Amino acid sequence: MIELKYPFDEKSIRSLKAGDAVSITGVIHTGRDKFHKYFADGGRINVDFKDGALFHCGPVVVKRGGEWKVVAAGPTTSVRENPYEPEFIAKSGVRIIIGKGGMDAATLEAMRKYGAVYVQAVGGAAAVSAASVKRVQGVDFLDEFGAAEACWHFEVEGFRGVVAMDSGGTSLFDRVASSSHKKFLEFYN
Amino acid sequence: MSTVDKILALIRDTSSSLPDDVEKAILKAMRREEKGSSAKMILKTILDNCALARENVTPLCQDTGTLTFFVDSRLRKKVNRKVVSEAARKATEKGYLRKNCIDSVDGRSYDDNVAEGAPVIHYFEPESPDSRPTVTLIMKGGGSENMSRQYSLPDSSLGAGRDLKGVEKCILDAVVKTQGYGCAPGILGVCIGGDRATGYEIAKEQLLRGLADSSKDPRLAKMEKSILKKANSLGIGPMGLGGKTTLLGVKIASRPRVPASFFVTIAYMCWAGRRRTVEI
Repeated sequence: MIELKYPFDEKSIRSLKAGDAVSITGVIHTGRDKFHKYFADGGRINVDFKDGALFHCGPVVVKRGGEWKVVAAGPTTSVRENPYEPEFIAKSGVRIIIGKGGMDAATLEAMRKYGAVYVQAVGGAAAVSAASVKRVQGVDFLDEFGAAEACWHFEVEGFRGVVAMDSGGTSLFDRVASSSHKKFLEFYN
Repeated sequence: MSTVDKILALIRDTSSSLPDDVEKAILKAMRREEKGSSAKMILKTILDNCALARENVTPLCQDTGTLTFFVDSRLRKKVNRKVVSEAARKATEKGYLRKNCIDSVDGRSYDDNVAEGAPVIHYFEPESPDSRPTVTLIMKGGGSENMSRQYSLPDSSLGAGRDLKGVEKCILDAVVKTQGYGCAPGILGVCIGGDRATGYEIAKEQLLRGLADSSKDPRLAKMEKSILKKANSLGIGPMGLGGKTTLLGVKIASRPRVPASFFVTIAYMCWAGRRRTVEI
């Protein structure tokens, strides 16, 4: 398992290869549909994503004793952000995108050009994902977007995932899809 | 203990604890995957997740799914809709269930997970009058339900004809199409034949069977084994990122059909195959 610590510098991100298991420590920010739309429409965000991480996640967060506590924080399906992600990568300087199911060729190209990777989190593993969030630093757009779509700032320790798209232009999803399809056809030839 | 509390305990345990046979199958699969592979890491994470959820008594997956109860018809009065609804309400309050029930017309949330037809309750006839009456619950999330499919044979795009070879082709096609979406490794419930509605019903019912269970029909038992082997040789792996473990089990049933129809229905269950039975 490769340990990644915030800030994520370009050199170490570019050295990651599709298939590498990673463990992420430091601050990561959540952002999904409304967040991406807002950014694409020219909205201002106060978060510095330079050398940072964006997590496609709609967490369940509750306030206990005046502090935010993460109850569940699994990844959400990333394909919905395809139209916005290349521009977000170009403008924000983000290095790691965490989600589920992978993204399209234009996003892969932006990752190659600007030096970023896509990390697949383990779908459904709500309990371990939540447990790796050690503290909630804060939240933006809570009133505007609602709790599930707000931009949460999580301090995580040992958040696990697999590099599924690397900055060399390799997508593990594409590779597995084409090899499994080939194998499927072989059964019937 | 009141019946409401018994059903509440059933929901709590189903939500926070994976069935033993599924967890053991994941452990076995993890040992089989190559050292240092992403497949091994993902399966290890799933096992850690299950241990943590059981210890903390929290949902093991954030999508607590559609609650589907299978109730012995002798319990029709005791385990009625009112009792089940009350248990679901309490389970939601206690955080065993996410607010997971949306009105399909206006999009509002039923914050207590109770509405017309929710939870789903099926009453079944007991196989023997001497058996102890049971209630079984399955919780199936949206990510897996979205991956269930129905084929109609012949299927020219697949080149699948009206024979068992065609049936097998449909099932393996479903496995290929599910990769990256339904959280693998999964379990397939399959119905060959029937009409469209019974196809889905019977396919889903196969998910109640234990992983060690084989069909009593030797032809179907053979098919279950052969499809499991073929699916796991596709290399799709946990979460679709490659590996030896794509499926944990395949359970097939058949129903008669009319001459004009030939459906093959596949109910896909993700690794979080939550099912549990209690005697009441």
